[in-house]
Amino acid sequence: MNKEWPLWEVFVRARNGLAHKHAGSVHAADARMAIEAARDTYTRRMEGVSLWLVPSASIVASDPGEAGSLFEPAADKVYRHPTFYSIPENIKNI
Amino acid sequence: MYTTELSDKNKKPSAAAMANEDPVRLAAFEARVAADNFIEPKDWMPEAYRKTLIRQISQHAHSEIVGMLPEGNWITRAPSLRRKAVLLAKVQDEGGHGLYLYAAAETLGTSRDEMIEALHSGRAKYSTIFNYPTLTWADIGAIGWLVDGAAIMNQVPLQRTSYGPYARAMVRICKEESFHQRQGYEITMTLAAGSPEQKRMAQDALDRWWWPSLMMFGPPDDNSPNSAQSIRWRIKRETNDQLRQRFVDVTVPQAEAIGLRVPDPALKWNEARESYDFGEIDWEEFYAVVRGEGPVAKERMNARVKAWADGAWVREAALAHAAKRNGRLAAE
Repeated sequence: MNKEWPLWEVFVRARNGLAHKHAGSVHAADARMAIEAARDTYTRRMEGVSLWLVPSASIVASDPGEAGSLFEPAADKVYRHPTFYSIPENIKNI
Repeated sequence: MYTTELSDKNKKPSAAAMANEDPVRLAAFEARVAADNFIEPKDWMPEAYRKTLIRQISQHAHSEIVGMLPEGNWITRAPSLRRKAVLLAKVQDEGGHGLYLYAAAETLGTSRDEMIEALHSGRAKYSTIFNYPTLTWADIGAIGWLVDGAAIMNQVPLQRTSYGPYARAMVRICKEESFHQRQGYEITMTLAAGSPEQKRMAQDALDRWWWPSLMMFGPPDDNSPNSAQSIRWRIKRETNDQLRQRFVDVTVPQAEAIGLRVPDPALKWNEARESYDFGEIDWEEFYAVVRGEGPVAKERMNARVKAWADGAWVREAALAHAAKRNGRLAAE
């Protein structure tokens, strides 16, 4: 048997109240080993209080080639932003 | 730690290879890079860009991993518990840096096993600096101060390198590297303020590590074939000679401050340039070490290959265990 350990993506929560954020990847044979490898690799200096490990193969990513059709339509919808509307100076609390 | 790009001189991304690229996509790519936008793993990129990055990032990763060996040599002989704890933490950091970088290179489509195989077979290079032996405890000071110092000089601009995963790995590495340099300087400073024999040790380490440290920045600009392309693609941000000069300028006063002498009779402050002039580097020695003729090159590679071979049964057993447990879970 000559096979690489699977790749896992590592997400670290820096402290409670914050979301987990992608930090990098590790190779590990199973989930427990992935958590331990991520701890040693990405949290040697108190960078986190919680880890998420996700098999890299399970990540579904958008295609950069589709970035235009996915994200550009928002650019012509400025009316979604509060600054699109002009309100007279004398109107308060809005 | 850092390795400069050590490719074969005639392996320039050839005009022919570039001519095969889709001109519209290539122009869009060049424009993005020129505007300092980052390139991410799934983005289109020219093959030569991908290849250059795989080579540079994997060489960098190999350097971190091989770089654990000269320092690991002194962990059991560190002169105090404090020094031992610090050195252990530093060597563990180097392992971590190697892992961040291997992961960044893997996003370009190479595999960990391919990279390790390239290192073990001698096809991939690593920094020449690790093919010098660590003869005394003072060498651990000199490595932290000079070798990590040179690495920082190289790595700080790489935090803005154009490939996102490489840049992010460098941000993390740079944060950790500063401790490495300061602990090395502290060791050297302590020896320099010690007994005459300790001071001699510190001077001897500086004498042996100074020139190899300057070589870490790679060949001079007029003999660095890939530099121009790498700078255009924002893979490198500054030239070898620029970075080397900056290293000399900041390091010489650090040596003087603790009463050590930089082993270069030609070293002289140049008022007009506001920089130090320094002596000619022995490039024959550099290329010999690149070719694998460094004093302990064989020993380093043997140690890596042995560690990999000795660990094979662990890698296999862990996979077998995971497969068995997954099978049991599926059956329940």
